[in-house]
Amino acid sequence: MKFIETLINGLSMGSTYAMIALGYTMVYGIAKMLNFAHGDIIMVGGYTIFITMSLSGNPVLGVIAAVIFCVALGITIEKIAYKPLRGASPLAVLITAIGVSYLLQSIAQIIFGSAPKMVNIADLGNLEFAGLTVPVYTLVTLGCSVVIMVVLSLFVKYTKTGRAMIAVSEDKGAAQLMGINVNRIIMITFAIGSGLAAFAGLFMLMKSPSLTNTLGAMPGIKAFTAAVIGGIGSIPGAMVGGLLIGVVEAISLTIPAIAPYTDAIEFLILIIILLVRPTGILGKKKREKV
Amino acid sequence: MANLKNIKWKHYINYIVIAVFTVVVSLLSFSGVLKNSDIYLLEKIAIAIILAVSLSMVVGFLGELSLGHAGFMCVGAYLGGKTAVILEPILGEYPTLIVSLLVGGLVAALFGVIIGLPALRLRGDYLAIVTLAFGEIVRSVFMNSSDESFGGSLGLNTPRFDKNALFIIALVLVLACLAVTQNMIRSKHGRAITSIRDNEIAAKATGINVTKYKLLVFTVSSFFAGIAGVLYSYSNFTVQSAKFSYTYSIEILVMVVLGGMGSINGSIIAASLITFLDVKLQTILTGNLAVLQDLFYAVILILLVIYNNAPSLKGFRDKYNIKVLFDKFKRIKKNNPSKINDDEAKWDRVPTKIEMDELLSVDMRVSSQYTPDKPEKEDNNV
Repeated sequence: MKFIETLINGLSMGSTYAMIALGYTMVYGIAKMLNFAHGDIIMVGGYTIFITMSLSGNPVLGVIAAVIFCVALGITIEKIAYKPLRGASPLAVLITAIGVSYLLQSIAQIIFGSAPKMVNIADLGNLEFAGLTVPVYTLVTLGCSVVIMVVLSLFVKYTKTGRAMIAVSEDKGAAQLMGINVNRIIMITFAIGSGLAAFAGLFMLMKSPSLTNTLGAMPGIKAFTAAVIGGIGSIPGAMVGGLLIGVVEAISLTIPAIAPYTDAIEFLILIIILLVRPTGILGKKKREKV
Repeated sequence: MANLKNIKWKHYINYIVIAVFTVVVSLLSFSGVLKNSDIYLLEKIAIAIILAVSLSMVVGFLGELSLGHAGFMCVGAYLGGKTAVILEPILGEYPTLIVSLLVGGLVAALFGVIIGLPALRLRGDYLAIVTLAFGEIVRSVFMNSSDESFGGSLGLNTPRFDKNALFIIALVLVLACLAVTQNMIRSKHGRAITSIRDNEIAAKATGINVTKYKLLVFTVSSFFAGIAGVLYSYSNFTVQSAKFSYTYSIEILVMVVLGGMGSINGSIIAASLITFLDVKLQTILTGNLAVLQDLFYAVILILLVIYNNAPSLKGFRDKYNIKVLFDKFKRIKKNNPSKINDDEAKWDRVPTKIEMDELLSVDMRVSSQYTPDKPEKEDNNV
């Protein structure tokens, strides 16, 4: 019974990671860049929820505001910081992303200070079912993310824009020749990634209400790990990787002997998986040409 | 004295500058002009230079992205510091320093080999995340160590060292690090390493042992990171695992990238400047203004990278940059295709075949300074 509770908890954590990892993996697949500032979008989403909640007290309004603001922010960052560097070396883009990450963190610190803010979204209590005691927020998280992931998969698979995204990720030049507006697709990708990050911010605040300007840093890195485990660039890979990391984290946290080493264990799993499968679980192997 | 003319002074200018600088600051410190804070700043700069130069080997010359440099430094700092704690009462100050430098460096180098092995299988961003993961694992292990072994979360207290000598030792170690990296990069091994960066498959096809060179670079680079870690433990008296998070690795990477990929001198300048500004800004911006430091840093970082790399700004860059202004000042002909700096990672423009032909063929008829010692042969013109 205890194990099933842990498992549900882990799946809920994992689905949060999967949401963040989706943002990483889609941006990587389409713009071929590691968006290090992605974790900080979560933090911005968190603060937006905090402001809206303290103004109106309505969590739903908070989520809507957070999604809109994060999407706008994601597009702005892409336009100002990343677009001028299209075609430059990937490392230059990476450093800019790191710069954006510092920028967002320091702006948040200037506005809100370094003391953590408490955001009590809604006290949902526990659900008791067939001898299991499960906090309701885990079920809400799990349910929301399953819905979002299904919608996203359908969007990518069946809409014109979604298929254009796949085309751009496979071959940017050929996609452009087929009349796809690559800049627009990249913009949409950033928008979707940032919107998912806003949801991730909500889920994280439901789990623990304390909000600081480094809220997204460590989950961002872990989600990045998850995306790489699943095979970066692959959407189902990000989901699998995220859930795996979440479950491992939940199980490891319940065993006292290894609980302090939880982060180390997750990273160790990454190294082992990459040694066995250098492109991740669902990643495609690319043949190199001279 | 004939061979003095043949020496490429350009290749040695950084040794000379640092050596002269070391002598000057040591004289200043002996005469008592330098304050303790200045000495501490010098130590920090020396550590940053060693870190940046050693990371520059991996990122700038081998072309692999490493985000775990702080992890190697962490290994060096803890193991070197622990060695110092154990040996200090037995051996005395200086022998202990040498032994702990060696222990820290060698153990870090061993970890470099361990991390270099997956590097053989992984490419690009995958390797970046593995090195990041390695750094975090190392940090987590030291953070959760018992109080007796490595001090756990409280940190390890390391012995104090003569303040007036440590920064000189650190600067001498900078010279040693430079000597090793530069000689390696300029040797045939260095050519092999840069060829792996430019095209691994082509390098392999030319008969270059890619495995050997990748491992070599990772080992040497992490050795020096370990040395920097030991210096850090001596300079700080205490080693705390929180310092060595991935953000510190990124700080070192920023130094390398801002200095210019594949330019050792650039890394040195960027490391010194960033560390200097960091420390100075910390003293200027206190209290509520302290948060502004990160903001400035971030904005400058973004603007610099965009300015340096944006393809659309290329025309602007070619027109207005330090080099062009400098060349104008010296009235050197610019865009001389025969002048290729061997440390540059990317040439702006590879000389085309026609230009190369122009360069290689010495056309006697056009040259105005041609003095006919011998009568010109007619069949040369055909």
